[in-house]
Amino acid sequence: MEISAVQFKQFLMNVVEMIEEQKDYLCELDRKLGDGDHGVTMSIGWQAVKEQLEGPLAEEQDCVKLSSTAGRTFLSAVGSSVGPLYATGFMRGAKALKGKEVLDDTAWKDYWVAFVDGVQERGQAELGDKTMMDALIPARNTLVDAFEQEGNFIKSIELAVQSAKDGAASTKDMLSKRGRSSRLGERSIGAQDPGATSAAAILEVFLQTVKSSVCESIS
Amino acid sequence: MKKLMNNPTNVVDEMIEGYVKAFPNYVKQLEENKRALVAVRQEETNKVGVLIGGGSGHEPAFMGYVGYGMADGVAVGNIFASPSPDPIVEVTKKIDNGQGVVFIYGNYAGDLMNFGMAAEIADLEEDIKVERVIVTDDVASAPKEEMHKRRGIAGEFFVTKAAGAAAEKGYSIEDVVRVAKQMNDVTRTMGVGLSPCSLPQTGMPSFELAEDEMEIGLGHHGEPGIEKGKLQTADEVVDRLVEDILKDMPIESGNKVAVLVNGLGSTTNMELYIMFRRVEQILSSKNIHIHRSFVGSYSTSLEMGGASVSIAKLNDELAEMIDFAADCPMYVQR
Repeated sequence: MEISAVQFKQFLMNVVEMIEEQKDYLCELDRKLGDGDHGVTMSIGWQAVKEQLEGPLAEEQDCVKLSSTAGRTFLSAVGSSVGPLYATGFMRGAKALKGKEVLDDTAWKDYWVAFVDGVQERGQAELGDKTMMDALIPARNTLVDAFEQEGNFIKSIELAVQSAKDGAASTKDMLSKRGRSSRLGERSIGAQDPGATSAAAILEVFLQTVKSSVCESIS
Repeated sequence: MKKLMNNPTNVVDEMIEGYVKAFPNYVKQLEENKRALVAVRQEETNKVGVLIGGGSGHEPAFMGYVGYGMADGVAVGNIFASPSPDPIVEVTKKIDNGQGVVFIYGNYAGDLMNFGMAAEIADLEEDIKVERVIVTDDVASAPKEEMHKRRGIAGEFFVTKAAGAAAEKGYSIEDVVRVAKQMNDVTRTMGVGLSPCSLPQTGMPSFELAEDEMEIGLGHHGEPGIEKGKLQTADEVVDRLVEDILKDMPIESGNKVAVLVNGLGSTTNMELYIMFRRVEQILSSKNIHIHRSFVGSYSTSLEMGGASVSIAKLNDELAEMIDFAADCPMYVQR
């Protein structure tokens, strides 16, 4: 299946909406582990992306441009640690799509693999460190495995999203090893990582957006 | 928590606007990026540039330390969050006089990534030589064997002072970095938290601490410390803080030091002087000479309660840097 720039833009807009809805919940999770601003930070970044989507990018037809501009806009607006991480993800994803004439199943599988690899390279966190990588790495691995077997992107990303959610939930029992919360030691156990939670939610939004547009085109 | 503000989303930009309007003889905002401020200099220089930066909420750090003898520019981030590479790069371009620019920032994941990316961009796209000095003075944040993991807190003031003075004296970028790193190596800080702060955007307390409790080693974003306990007297608290510092960095009788007793936001000067009094008693009993002392709110955490003690063990060169004149809106030394 192909995913158009219109759908990709819709995905980004849906993330904006999801973050607004989840803002307080993400702050609440972060208050147990960090300084309680993860929802606020994500909101500042995604609101800036929304401004771009409604303004300069309103007529943009190129997913490469949409993804890389979203990343750069997010980074400019927030800095922080999520800024460079998501910026790198969206820019590496864009790079994976670059030059492809058809954005088919393989292209989008490559997009998310490059996205996750980019985030990991920037942040250097490993599986089990209690970060967003605990959602993203399982999602990436599931996506690659499922795609190899199924050759179908929607099915594979559906499984990948489940892995991301399971991964995010698994951070609850983990000891924090990165960033500010790493100083908590044992006290970090019991709280779910806000970064992993929002990362899984973004993948879920992507899945839902793509799924609903598939239904639309069928009906 | 009650705060005087307009829209929580705009606190940082409105703060910067007020600051540059209040001190037009000292700082100006760059047109290229509203989070990028540079010192107003009357004379031409060809010195090494010194750039500082970090999250907002630590006022007067970091904006307050832009001026003669300190930093040439600052990149301002959101509340407790690193600035993005954009303002860092813009300040770098502006303050480079062909001698290169030294970045000074605390050891936090966000700062490492954003300043790192900015350094790469400055080198790649602008051909500016950038060196980085990462501040790691907080004893409580990691054991001595893992010094590279330690956070940067109030001691960043000393490191900025050393770098600013060295740059003003016309040192090469290699020497500015050497002096600044040396200052970081001999600076140790221990803090105590008494009450939380609240982020303007959420209004929620950053952590919970009972009315009669304190936390030793608390970070300046409310990161938990190493030990929670019943609130003790000022002398008892200072004894503990200084003891931890001296255990980490032995100072011999006859050595000279710089001391900073820093309030975290809601701590009164009265309390800080009471604390300094005790620091002085301890050090003089060990025949350690206080070369210069600093007491006040130098690096805060919004309205957090508590204070930190920083001690820097000085050699002659570092003492010279500490003594060098400075003229910033928030810090003047003659």
